[in-house]
Amino acid sequence: MQVPILKQGNYLIASVQSALSDDDLRLLRDDLSDRVGRFRSTGVIIDVTALDVIDSFATRTLQSVAQMLKLRGAYTVIVGIRPDVAFVMVQLGLTLADVGAALDLEEALEHLNRRSHKPNEYRTMRTGDPRGSARGGGAPSRPTLSGVNRRQDQDEKPRSGHASPRSLEHGR
Amino acid sequence: MADESRINISNAAEIVTARRQGRVLAVQLGFDGSELTVIATAISEIARNILEHAKDGEVIISRCNHRRKCGICVVARDSGPGIADIDQAMQYGYSTHKGLGIGLPGTKLLMDEFHIVSVVGQGTTVTMKKWRH
Repeated sequence: MQVPILKQGNYLIASVQSALSDDDLRLLRDDLSDRVGRFRSTGVIIDVTALDVIDSFATRTLQSVAQMLKLRGAYTVIVGIRPDVAFVMVQLGLTLADVGAALDLEEALEHLNRRSHKPNEYRTMRTGDPRGSARGGGAPSRPTLSGVNRRQDQDEKPRSGHASPRSLEHGR
Repeated sequence: MADESRINISNAAEIVTARRQGRVLAVQLGFDGSELTVIATAISEIARNILEHAKDGEVIISRCNHRRKCGICVVARDSGPGIADIDQAMQYGYSTHKGLGIGLPGTKLLMDEFHIVSVVGQGTTVTMKKWRH
């Protein structure tokens, strides 16, 4: 089954709907790699909430997708690893290097915004190039997504168990 | 209640079938929470091993009892090339394929009992059990 990929500002969001076969994973990798180039995406979110098992093969594949996207200029955040899946991954000694992790979509977007903001602000200040800030367009235009704001958001976490549509609208 | 299910493994979709059946039987046997994920992951690893090394084989999932203990037994059987050096294959991080080398040793960590018998040229049989605590 093909994994649907949504474009959200500078980011791509792939929601894995069911257990993936090797071909599906290959397709996902090629799809993401292609679109990262086409849309100049700087971040990719892979939602794995629907996966009830993440074994060594799935880990290796996700890892290679993330590393490949990194070489294409995009950072990957994995979203929604279930607690018992995380437990088994730790028992198996599986780790994901060079990959961010977040509990839900909202947090993942925030994670990417934090990453993309710093260099963009720096570039805007240095060159005064208006495109510098336009390129961060996936992010809310407020440049104040600082640690303080983040902490407040985390305190509110229990309310935002699911990705809120609000956070999706920000990037338009 | 079916106490045994047998799944042929010859493509990736059947790995998913195997772990799903394993989960169903494990629920019937009274396993819950993370134990279900542990069992499903172990089946997934072992079934993938069949696919990668022997191309095809079968996974048999059944109920098992020992004294007053009850548990789930998973047998993975193939008639592939076999494993020449089992000690080496069971080493964490060792892989003849391009894998992570976590499949076999990792599965052993997940389960309570794990036995592997292999004859070069004839095939490999892995028998593993998880007891309900």
